[in-house]
Amino acid sequence: MEIARLTVDQVRRGLASREFSAEELANEALDYAARENPKTNAYLHFCPERALSAARRVDEKLARGEDPGPLGGVPVAVKDVILTRGVRSTCGSKLLKNFVPPYDATAVTRLEEAGGVILGKANCDEFAMGSSNENSAFGPVRNPVDPERVPGGSSGGSAAIVAQGTAVLALGSDTGGSIRQPASFCGVVGVTPTYGRVSRYGLVAFASSLDHIGPFARTVADAARLLGVIAGRDPRDSTSAFAPVPDYAGKFDGGLGGLKVGLPKEYFAGLASETGDLIQRGVDVLTGLGVQIKEVSLPATDYAIPCYYIICTAEASSNLARYDGVRYTTRAAASETLLDMYRDSRGEGFGAECKRRIMLGTYVLSAGYYDAYYLKAQKVRTLIARDFAAAFAEVDALVTPVSPFPAFRLGEKLDDPLQMYLSDIYTITGDLAGIPCMSVPCGRTAGGLPVGMQILTNHFQEAKMFQLAAAFERAGGFEVS
Amino acid sequence: MKITAQEVRYVADLANLRLGPDEVARMTNELEAILSYMDKLNELDTTGVPAMAQVLYEAGETATLREDVARQTLTNEDAVGNAPVAGAGFFKVPKVIER
Repeated sequence: MEIARLTVDQVRRGLASREFSAEELANEALDYAARENPKTNAYLHFCPERALSAARRVDEKLARGEDPGPLGGVPVAVKDVILTRGVRSTCGSKLLKNFVPPYDATAVTRLEEAGGVILGKANCDEFAMGSSNENSAFGPVRNPVDPERVPGGSSGGSAAIVAQGTAVLALGSDTGGSIRQPASFCGVVGVTPTYGRVSRYGLVAFASSLDHIGPFARTVADAARLLGVIAGRDPRDSTSAFAPVPDYAGKFDGGLGGLKVGLPKEYFAGLASETGDLIQRGVDVLTGLGVQIKEVSLPATDYAIPCYYIICTAEASSNLARYDGVRYTTRAAASETLLDMYRDSRGEGFGAECKRRIMLGTYVLSAGYYDAYYLKAQKVRTLIARDFAAAFAEVDALVTPVSPFPAFRLGEKLDDPLQMYLSDIYTITGDLAGIPCMSVPCGRTAGGLPVGMQILTNHFQEAKMFQLAAAFERAGGFEVS
Repeated sequence: MKITAQEVRYVADLANLRLGPDEVARMTNELEAILSYMDKLNELDTTGVPAMAQVLYEAGETATLREDVARQTLTNEDAVGNAPVAGAGFFKVPKVIER
């Protein structure tokens, strides 16, 4: 058994054949993760007691001849914006450095009911705001492929953990690309499901009309399994979808003959040549599989960045108002009045990017500017969603790059927030429309950096997306981290 | 879009966010650059286009409502367990009413 390359199937077989127990596997995975973590800072903290008690429950079920669940004994990491009862959940923020949640997120409950073993909490940009994981109050994450480079963000820890092999699976969250972009930068599979497909109960809110929870894995099949476990209606999240959850992992055998894939021309203009060449080779692989390729147009694409950054900052300024030094955050020491206490606690506690977004969001919602910015952006969002609806009337799926460039160097974009925002161009549109989208490894640059190809389908068409991605993965043979 | 330091301080007050003088200066430049970029949206004619406030909602209006029955919620101990200052089951804050 090679601990760093394990798949869900290998864990299942290993447990069934008594090659190892779930407890032995959890111990070995925890040791390995603790040893390897200093290279990347991808885990913020571990929860060995919780991991071992989950593993023992799996072993007890196996001993009784019961099914341990679809993820029985599988080591998993959870992004630190997703709450874990009794296990510190900091959201990458100094404000929540001591926060120990009194309840579990629904995705966490479902993960453990399915036999998953949570090893610890993954580093991320503060409150999931960032594209490089450099906004964590607890230090940046380094890309396991090249430690001088960022892993992407905001779920940089989750992506790095799966790439590094210090867990088999990870949960992340995506508001504007925070799962797909780090998956692309680290060379793993990352999935943003349909809006509402996975309950956000216990996901610390950033921008509620855009937030998603989704899986990271080293194979398409494993990502599909994890999504199958966490997806589905949850009475505790009124925005969770009622639509039944199909068996995602069982749909991989069919051919792709007759499927139509669209290439949106706006996503290929001005693309850095090496990334563009790799995506073109990916498209050739799809053609070889019998997929029909067609150029399509999504004309509102040019307006997606301003649209997204107005909506997400407006919602963030409202969601982050709760961090007030009263209920769960740290508090500034010396404030005399209640108002000063709010202001000082927030001023001391939030990092630069959160402050910037609170300020932008408060500005665009303030008296006299609401119509010009927020309402205008919501109308443009309708145009972006209509573009996708029109495209999906012609094709089954869209294929695009995930990011205009591969992983950049630590510090490279830190001083220019607008440049950092512009790097999200290919991922934010899927979130604005609320459609499922994923990053699947698509080869490496001459310098050895992974590049991901994005596949997008219409609402609730995850199964079709996985079918394409799995066939692509088999045929392409692209190296996974 | 021209942003002044005075506007930045006004918005920071609305957001209950203490900013130091350096932060105000930096934020003034950054907000001006980012908001100028956002003005690009004005190129698009959105007359008659409805605003999109949520992605999709396929269920009926009352589908998310539950029966009005009492449920176990957080205990008082859990609810105040993470407060920086708590006492007697309450969150404590600086005095807001003078006697």
